[in-house]
This record gives sequence, C-alpha cells and structure tokens, in this order.
Amino acid sequence: MRSAEKYTHISYLEHEGKYKGIWSWLLSTDHKKIGLLYLYSIAFFFVVAAILGLLLRLELIAPGPTIMGAQMYNGLFTLHGIIMVFIVVIPGLGAVFGNFFLPIMIGAKDVAFPRLNLLSWYVFIIGALLGVASQFAGDGPPDTGWTFYVPYSAQSATNVIFALTAAFVLGFSSILTGINFIVTIHRMRAPGMGWFKMPLFPWSLYATAWIQVLATPIIGITLLMVIAERTLNIGFFDPALGGDPLLFQHLFWIYSHPAVYIMILPAMGVVTEIFPTFSQKPVFGYGAIVVSSLAIAFVGYFVWGHHMFTSGISYWSRWFFSFLSFVVAIPSAIKVFNWISTMYGGSIDLKPPLLYAISFIFLFMIGGFTGLTLGALATNVHLHDTSFVVAHFHYIIFGGMGFAFFAGIHYWYPKMYGRMYNIRLANIAWGVLFTGFNLLYFPLFIIGLQGMPRRYFDYLPQFHAGHFISTIGAIILIIGIFMMMYNLIYYRHRGPVAPSNPWKGVTLEWQIESPPTHENFDVIPEIKHPPYLFKKEPQT
Amino acid sequence: MDQHKAHISSYLSHGWVLTSLLILTLITVLLTWLDLGAFTIAVTLLVASIKASIVLTWFMHLKFESAFTRWIVVGTFALFILILIVTFFDYSFR
Repeated sequence: MRSAEKYTHISYLEHEGKYKGIWSWLLSTDHKKIGLLYLYSIAFFFVVAAILGLLLRLELIAPGPTIMGAQMYNGLFTLHGIIMVFIVVIPGLGAVFGNFFLPIMIGAKDVAFPRLNLLSWYVFIIGALLGVASQFAGDGPPDTGWTFYVPYSAQSATNVIFALTAAFVLGFSSILTGINFIVTIHRMRAPGMGWFKMPLFPWSLYATAWIQVLATPIIGITLLMVIAERTLNIGFFDPALGGDPLLFQHLFWIYSHPAVYIMILPAMGVVTEIFPTFSQKPVFGYGAIVVSSLAIAFVGYFVWGHHMFTSGISYWSRWFFSFLSFVVAIPSAIKVFNWISTMYGGSIDLKPPLLYAISFIFLFMIGGFTGLTLGALATNVHLHDTSFVVAHFHYIIFGGMGFAFFAGIHYWYPKMYGRMYNIRLANIAWGVLFTGFNLLYFPLFIIGLQGMPRRYFDYLPQFHAGHFISTIGAIILIIGIFMMMYNLIYYRHRGPVAPSNPWKGVTLEWQIESPPTHENFDVIPEIKHPPYLFKKEPQT
Repeated sequence: MDQHKAHISSYLSHGWVLTSLLILTLITVLLTWLDLGAFTIAVTLLVASIKASIVLTWFMHLKFESAFTRWIVVGTFALFILILIVTFFDYSFR
C-alpha cells in the first residue's frame, strides 16, 4: 500500500482513474492525457500528409507523368492540403501544447470544461476520419484543393461533399477548444496571477481562441452553403442561379486568413517561452508582445482580400486590403525584434529547442518578407497562383508553425514524459531538417518568379532544375523528420530520467515534477512575481 | 456572486420577448416582397440583429451578466458589422 505522500506524487501517466488500460486514455478528462491524444493523432496524420507531399514532389522530379496521372495528382494535393491545414496545422500547437500546458502555466488543475475538452478530441477524430474517407468513398478523391473554390467545387463530380463535411466537423472541434481556453484563462488563473503576470504562451492561446470562436462559424456556414448549392441547387455562388462566385472567396477567406493566425500565434507563443529560458534573461518587451498578439488577432480579420487581388474585386477594396496587409506585418516584426533583443546579451545555451526557435525566426522572416511581395498590388498580379505562393505559404506555415512545434516538443518533452531524448541526435536531425526544408522550398520562389504555376502536375523543361532540387530537398526533409521522430519515440522509455527543470526555466510548469501529477499541483501556487524573473548568478 | 444565482424572468417579460420575436419574424417575411435596392441586405440583417439581441439579452440572461461579459458580446457584434461593411464595400465599388 502506498503512503499518502507517495500517492500524491504519482505521475499523470501512472495515475489510475476510473477506467483501466486503453480506456484510461480514451475516456480520460485529464488535460495532459487529452493533449497527448491530440499529439499522437496529429503526428499520425502529419506523417500521412508528409508522405503524400513527398509523392507529389516525386511526380514533379521530371517533366511529364512520372509516378501518377493528373487526376491522381489533383486528388493527392487536395488531401495533402486538407489534412495539413485542417487536421495538423490549425489544431496543432493549441490542441497539443495548449491542452497540456495552459492549465499548468496559469496554476490550474485542469481546463474549465474537462468533458467538453474530451468531446473536442472525439469531434476532431470524426472530422479527420471523414477527411480521409473522402478519398475512398463515393465518386473519387475530391480535386478542388483545400480552398474548395466555387464554381468548380459546386460542379466537380468528385467526392466534394464528404471533404466539406469533414472541414465543417473539424471546425466544431476548434470552436469547442477555443471556448474552453477562453473560459479557463478568465476563470482559473492562480491567485495573484493578474493578466500581466500571465506567461506569454497562454496569452498567445487567448488571442488565438478568440479567432477560433469568432471566425470558425463563418467557414462552417460557407461550407454548408456549397453543400446546399450542390444538393438543393440554391444559387448562393453560381451566377446562373443569381449567385456570386466572389462571395464564396470573401466568406472563405474571412475565416481562412485569420486561420493563418490561429496557426502562427501559438507558434509565436512557444518560441517566446523558449528564448528567455535558453538566454536566462527576462523576455524583452513583455507588454509589446502581448499587445502585438492582440493586434495581429484583430487586424488579421481585415486582410482576407489579399487572397483575391486578381479575382476582380473592386480597386478600392484591393487598396484597402493591401494597406492593411502591410499594417499587420508591423506587430509580427515587433515580436521578431523582441525575440532577438531577449537573446541579446543573454547566456545562450544552444540546445535543440533553441536551434528550432532560431530557425523559426529565420524561416518566418523569409515567409514574412515574401508575404509583403504578395501583399503589394503590382507584384501580386505577376506572382498570383505561381509556386512563389506555395513557397511563401510553406515558409510561414511549415517554417513557422512546424518548426515552432518541433521547438515546443523538444522543449517540453522532458516535462511531458520525465525522460530526456538524445541531444546529439536531435541536433543532427535539426541540421538535416533545416537543410532539407530550404532545398525543398527555396527553389519554388525562383521558378515561381519565372512563371511556374502552382497545382500543375506537369511543367515546361525550363523549370526542371528547380523542381529537381526541390524534390531532393523533400527526400532530405523526410529523412530529417524520421530521424527526429525516431529520437523522440525511442527515448520515450529508454532515455535518462529528466530532472524537473532541465533547462532552468522559471514559468510554473518547471516548478512541478516531471512528469506532472494528475492534478498538477499539490497546492495551487500564489503568484507574486512577473513570469520571467531569472535569478542572477552570483559574481565570482 | 450575483452571476451564480438563477434568474427567473417573469412570464410577462417572456411574453413580450415572444411577441417581439414573432412580429420581427413577420417583418422579415414581409421584407422579401419589398425591393429596397442596395439596402435590402442591410435592413434584413438589422432585423435579424435585433432578434438576436433580444434572445441574448433575456433568454440567454446577458442582462444579468457582468459588464465585462456584455462588452465582449458588443465587441463581437462590432467585429461582425465591420466585416460586413468591408465585404459590401467591395460590392459597392466593383
């Protein structure tokens, strides 16, 4: 029989709740276990979609059909996009690290609605399975791309309704998680933790949650309107029925541009935790980072039209959206200056989480600057629908959110599992990943500038060199991903036991055991100091 | 805290809410016969917003919530209106 003291220190991984075995995971309302459920399911879908991406790249290794035909290519890039955007990237950081660390970082025992949290995961899984099933059921893989543009999505003979329903269901999961996080942050902060004593990752989740709650219903309704047009012949978007195709683009991007900030804001939050820890310095400009997160969330609502510059929207709208697209770059740039200033003069410890976080700045900056190129009206006309856009998007989403995810998993891994991965192997995997990433996506900027269209399964011989280098990069990238995953999976049980605070972090998650107990804290802490207060080393 | 108490509204206030919603629904239907030109969508959205406000205020107890919660709802409405204005700005100048 365990002593009372010993019992309170059983980790959440060993905690025996009401249910046993697999059911203790599938029916658990513990935010940490739900975070891991998201991690495993999202990692699975990420690998599937990454392999689809590799197949697409292999098709493009040489001009002409190589390993698949045009229709298969269209189906695969649609599925790659739907899985990556709706199943991996949008929920990714918030659902995994938000679920796991938000309550701990604000000194709470769980989220506000634990059962709703578990329901969100089930809704997510149903949506994800519907998305995959759309490839195999009915009339063949949807071939519209993840954007489902009308009039094609209203007319395509493929299985579009299935994929639309999947995105619709996934949206519900996102809304439920957003509501849960907002209420948790409002109601469950530890005593003494005022808004400006809250760490910056929870701040980024707060800004993100508002976008999830307010913007997601718009895409839900829009997708239902496409389904209604396909099934009931209601003319929302078809001009022949009195509709307007541009209305779809407006409605789609009213959600889907803020969705980019759903993807990137938590990523910014993760690296904002990492820079102070690995510089052993308080974060530079706490207030500026908070305000810039909220500013990105707000201004990000009003830039959707920059996806539509060549679609025929009015001149004044183009002017308005272009101007605001430049404005939204300012808070992002403020954050970059803050991160660099945090490292400046710090005691830098170049461990894997920091390597990934610094790569995040580098890749996000390239993505950001090329975004300005696309946000300018004149250059957009030349670059629209070229592989330049594909490169820009992947630098922001994969280079930004993806690398921040890798940074986060390497940062919090010892806390989540109580074990340490192999640092040397993690460094090597980072090098392979970083090299592969740039080889894969940078050539797409160049051939995009030269006129290579996106979403084409064939191309003119003049683009061969760029595509060839890009495909080699994809192979290296996949090797890097598998090296990283091998390291994290192998050392999950075999790695050395991690101390409770291996990186000398100062936020609340580093003040509890690794892995945390079922209820995180024996006693809810009282917060008396700002979140990033590092003790100075004594002078010798 | 007040917000944790159950608020039982009177039958009279529920009756007024129901009557208002029915009248506004009737107006929504009648509006389909009227051609207000560029203002058609604005007017129908205005009627729908009034109905939503009534439901939020009485049926969903916003009236009894804290000022902070009420401001959050007002902010959400303001955001929605701004998004509509920006969208229809395009239609006006196309």
